[in-house]
Amino acid sequence: MQDVILGTSVELPQAVMQSVSLNLTVNGQQREFVVEPWTTLLDLLRHEMDLTGTKKGCDHGQCGACTVLIDGRRMNSCLALAVMQDGKTVTTVEGLAAPDGTLSPIQAAFIEHDAFQCGYCTPGQLCSATALLQEGHAHTPEEIRELMSGNLCRCGAYPNIVDAITQVLAQAATPEVA
Amino acid sequence: MSASATTGLHTGQPRSRVDGHAKVTGAAKYAAEFTASGLLHGVVVSSPIAKGRITKLDITAAMAVPGVVEVFTHQNRMRTAWRNAKFQDEVAPPGAPFRALYDDKIVYSGQPIALVVAETFELARYVATLVHAEYDIEAPSTDLRAVRGSAYVPSKKRSGINPPPKPRGDAPGVLADSQIRVDAEYYQPAEYHNPMEPHASTVIWEGGGKITVHDKTQGVGNTQAYITNVFGLKKDDVHVVAPYMGGGFGSGLRPQYQLYLTVLATLQLERSVRVVLTRDQMFTFGHRPETIQTVSFSARQDGTVTAIRHEAIAETSTFEDYQEVVVNWTGLTTSCENVELDYKLVQLDRYTPADMRAPGAPTGQFAFESALDEMSYKLGIDPIELRLRNYAETDENQGLPHTSKALRDAYRLGAEKFGWAGRNPQPRSTCEGHELVGWGTATGAWDAQMQKTSASATLTPDGKLTVATASADIGTGTYTILTQLAADALGLSMEAVTTKLGDTDLPFSPLEGGSWTAASAGSAVQAACCKVRSALLGFAQEMPSSPFKDVTLDQVDFKEGRLVLRNNPGIGVAYGDIMQASGLEQIHMEESAARDPAVQKTHASYTHSAVFAEVRVDEELGTVRVTRIVNAICAGRILNPKTARSQIIGGVVFGIGMALHEEALDDSKIGRFMNHNFAEYHIPVNADIQDIEVIFVDEPDDMTSPIGVKGLGEIGICGTAAAIANAVYHATGRRVRDLPITIDKLL
Amino acid sequence: MNRFSYARPDTLTAAIQALAHPGARAIAGGTNLIDLMKYSVEVPSQLVDITHLPFAKIELLPDGGLRVGALVKNTDAAYDARIGESYPLLADAILSGASPQLRNAATTGGNLLQRTRCYYFYDTATPCNKRQPGSGCSAIGGTNRVHAILGTSADCIATHPSDMCVALAALEAVVQVSGPEGDRSILFSDFHRLPGAEPDKDTSLQPGEIITSVDLPAQHFSSNYTYLKLRDRASYAFALVSIAVALEMEGATIKAARIALGGVAHKPWRVPAAEEALAGQTPGSEVFGKAADLMLAGAQGQPGNRFKIALARKAIVRALKQAANGTPQHATDKQIQ
Repeated sequence: MQDVILGTSVELPQAVMQSVSLNLTVNGQQREFVVEPWTTLLDLLRHEMDLTGTKKGCDHGQCGACTVLIDGRRMNSCLALAVMQDGKTVTTVEGLAAPDGTLSPIQAAFIEHDAFQCGYCTPGQLCSATALLQEGHAHTPEEIRELMSGNLCRCGAYPNIVDAITQVLAQAATPEVA
Repeated sequence: MSASATTGLHTGQPRSRVDGHAKVTGAAKYAAEFTASGLLHGVVVSSPIAKGRITKLDITAAMAVPGVVEVFTHQNRMRTAWRNAKFQDEVAPPGAPFRALYDDKIVYSGQPIALVVAETFELARYVATLVHAEYDIEAPSTDLRAVRGSAYVPSKKRSGINPPPKPRGDAPGVLADSQIRVDAEYYQPAEYHNPMEPHASTVIWEGGGKITVHDKTQGVGNTQAYITNVFGLKKDDVHVVAPYMGGGFGSGLRPQYQLYLTVLATLQLERSVRVVLTRDQMFTFGHRPETIQTVSFSARQDGTVTAIRHEAIAETSTFEDYQEVVVNWTGLTTSCENVELDYKLVQLDRYTPADMRAPGAPTGQFAFESALDEMSYKLGIDPIELRLRNYAETDENQGLPHTSKALRDAYRLGAEKFGWAGRNPQPRSTCEGHELVGWGTATGAWDAQMQKTSASATLTPDGKLTVATASADIGTGTYTILTQLAADALGLSMEAVTTKLGDTDLPFSPLEGGSWTAASAGSAVQAACCKVRSALLGFAQEMPSSPFKDVTLDQVDFKEGRLVLRNNPGIGVAYGDIMQASGLEQIHMEESAARDPAVQKTHASYTHSAVFAEVRVDEELGTVRVTRIVNAICAGRILNPKTARSQIIGGVVFGIGMALHEEALDDSKIGRFMNHNFAEYHIPVNADIQDIEVIFVDEPDDMTSPIGVKGLGEIGICGTAAAIANAVYHATGRRVRDLPITIDKLL
Repeated sequence: MNRFSYARPDTLTAAIQALAHPGARAIAGGTNLIDLMKYSVEVPSQLVDITHLPFAKIELLPDGGLRVGALVKNTDAAYDARIGESYPLLADAILSGASPQLRNAATTGGNLLQRTRCYYFYDTATPCNKRQPGSGCSAIGGTNRVHAILGTSADCIATHPSDMCVALAALEAVVQVSGPEGDRSILFSDFHRLPGAEPDKDTSLQPGEIITSVDLPAQHFSSNYTYLKLRDRASYAFALVSIAVALEMEGATIKAARIALGGVAHKPWRVPAAEEALAGQTPGSEVFGKAADLMLAGAQGQPGNRFKIALARKAIVRALKQAANGTPQHATDKQIQ
């Protein structure tokens, strides 16, 4: 038997209280906040704005459930400090549909292709797929798989996710018939 | 009521999920997403040691931070129930369930030692780092291989889990005399469920001792019973609401410790509290148990299996005897006169293992289906042919016939789809570039169970129907299939039906698990709807000059919101008119369903599968790609081919993870799993998954459940890892008996 | 996560001043720093947000090289037309790491400063010399599947986790830094260090110094190159072993070779002798095998990671073949060429 001290107790610097004001446009609405610097964008969305569509799966950038669009790019909101997003535009799953509630093509395709089961990774998958469609780097199923690999799905809906994205890609490539 | 009563427009047809819109818009609310004014946030502090005692637990620094409300420890928590039995939930194995913050004793690494409750999440997270603990450390025992000699047969059977059947024939004798034998040992590491949603509870303090509980659970009733037992509350004071669950796979069967802690904090503080576990803390409770298996079996040159011995040694904790069915599958799927099956436990200083997707089945099937494959090469008999030659017509473990078993068709249809006939039987026979291509197969099996379940059906004059049961949809599609069944039972559109789940105010349902929910909740909903049908006819008969006066239920149809005469569908009346005539605001019926007890005694019922896998192995570099899976499923009636297919694909993906990726890496010096996060504990990503084809084999079965359904949640994973391991052998000539099949094992 | 103050300087001078604050850390993408702060592995007293500094451009250098600003996002570097054309090895290495989301956040400078993926470094429940100097190395004799086989010390067997850095090592990039003492250039091979007796020090960056850019020399190796990464799943996983190869061919002969290994050491691993042995040779298994042996000279495994030695040897040979044949491995292609 030995007596040791282990664990989460660490030498911490003197606590510094500091609040920072922050401007964000979230799903088209401009908002002002006063946040502490250690608040992540994910926690701000979920706790302060009650935008709980954005999910916390790991809180460490290892699962993609928290994916949102920041200035149009897909990002892990769990690793983004809110204070560092000042002046930026954020789109969450709640902002993907049109203002009249019409689902975006990828949202509709997810339902049609049964691209989710429990639904917990789905907001992140949808934000990620929305960005992927805009990025223009994915053309084949192989490329879709690789570029959607930052979003884990434990229910294993991957083949259906790929089908949904493939369909929207094909729709985008086909000129609309009048 | 017979299964045919609900065939209709929707049941049996591919339909999109009725909860799809809520899930793609972020509207679906999970346990951590309910809120209340003044909600407090709790963060759990975990033990760094696996065994010993807390000698000092200093919360002074933590409590000194403004905004901290309380730090709960074993020293200051409220009293809860004293007897172990009070902590035993619906599926608890025998033993003394773990109690968080019970005393100073540490029994596993990651054990919660404190709960910090503060005004904000960020504050609680920070203050959790200020809790200072000191320990007396004892050497933990977590090396299963090292202590396998201490294995024992559990003295008390776990309810619902069949121990191995008594030996039949003389397996040791026949084995000793046999020339053609396979003797091998197989290893299954500990795996974690890792649903995407971390375990969480939000407990709302309603005042007057009442609480509303939003818990990540596969059964609101189990959560409620646990809370009332442990905290001595009345059922009426504990309302559990969990409409959505972000994946369970078994992790939400038993109440997890964050539930206990959240309720404790709420009751003690009389304020609403939410506790969400971190991903790392998701590795601090139940898991698929690490298991070592030995298989010996013998066959004649013609392929007839003559004797089987299959033994499993699995981990459990020091406080409960967790049990699952590992070896019985061997005696079920292979016809053999001499069979000896054993299942033993070894206590480790870990948390009690838990049911994880098809608990025991893919573990046992990996071993025996691999061994069968080994035998097929020894005999030069095609692996499918070998299985057909030893096809078990009946459940020889129990000596009972099957309610149905279309596995022969599954072998045939799966093989056809896969192109199995074109397989070169020689290992290492196909090479494309740097890759060796291999094909393998395995059989899967799982119980087709049904549990007594109640449901209600409420029809209103506007022609809208609400069906409800306290069961859960953990992503399985329960909302959707119940909506389909109800819509067809009353001849309504699916849009006219609302399905409610996950609420203790709804009619009783057991836990969602074991693949029994579709059969159980589905039958209950259908039964409740049938009562509504009878009521409608009854009220219609009372209408003035009713055309239904002398007709019986089998002479009418329920179509497009109207009761009509079957032989003259032009004559009918809308439900609303019937109800108006009787002055009814609604027709509300409740009914229960259970498996016919006679069938239970006389028949066995299982789902089966034939899994075919193609792998490509870069032999030089040891990488394995699963490029193709065909899974032919026998599961009775399929209510929704679209969501059913997803269930099977999901099971296969789980099986690919089991085969290639998943392993909790134990550092036995400190008794701790070290890869406790998503970066280092690998589950498959999108790029790991290629073609997966699902076939549903026609398997009519009017005995397994009133609606002919067997269930699909588990069968997809069963046999998958074995088929992949067998394909790896076919590709490379190397037999990997330790899962997962990682690069190092093929170099 | 601990409490800290937050500063957002908009000039380099102000940033350097802010970083002089004891316990201050620069943050840009934050993909690793925030991760580690949530585990209390990093406990900065001040975060200096450097994302407003003017280092987000990719510029041509007078000598034909390319200057990649420290704040250029990994995604932007990977898909930059000039990098794609002239330094495809770098683009491929970046795209084989992390996920699109992380690459959108992570910066060039931050990628260089990623910390190890050693399980014990991340887990404050265990001793770790890198996290707490002098506390001991738990990985030695512990769980060490992902650990180093080259350049280890008795105090640390951690690896550097970056993919991008392996390519930068092969390309012989130069790291430009500014600090209280002025500006200086650091050769890539001198930027990361071996653990020795001070495993807490990952790099040769001095306190208060900030990376401003990574300069790519004019020699592109845009024809004969590859980045081959082997890992425990098909994507979104750290390398068990990775190899960056850049060859300069003269007809059928190797004129010059660069090889860097990832996932095997505390820094991207290069061995000049191995590269020299390839110069003037005709590509072939035997020649490549010799180079691989030289690359791995002195390799020492632990029970959990010994396989990496054999794996690395075969992977080096394969990568050399890919480069010599002009058939580089792409991150999307899961069949290894």
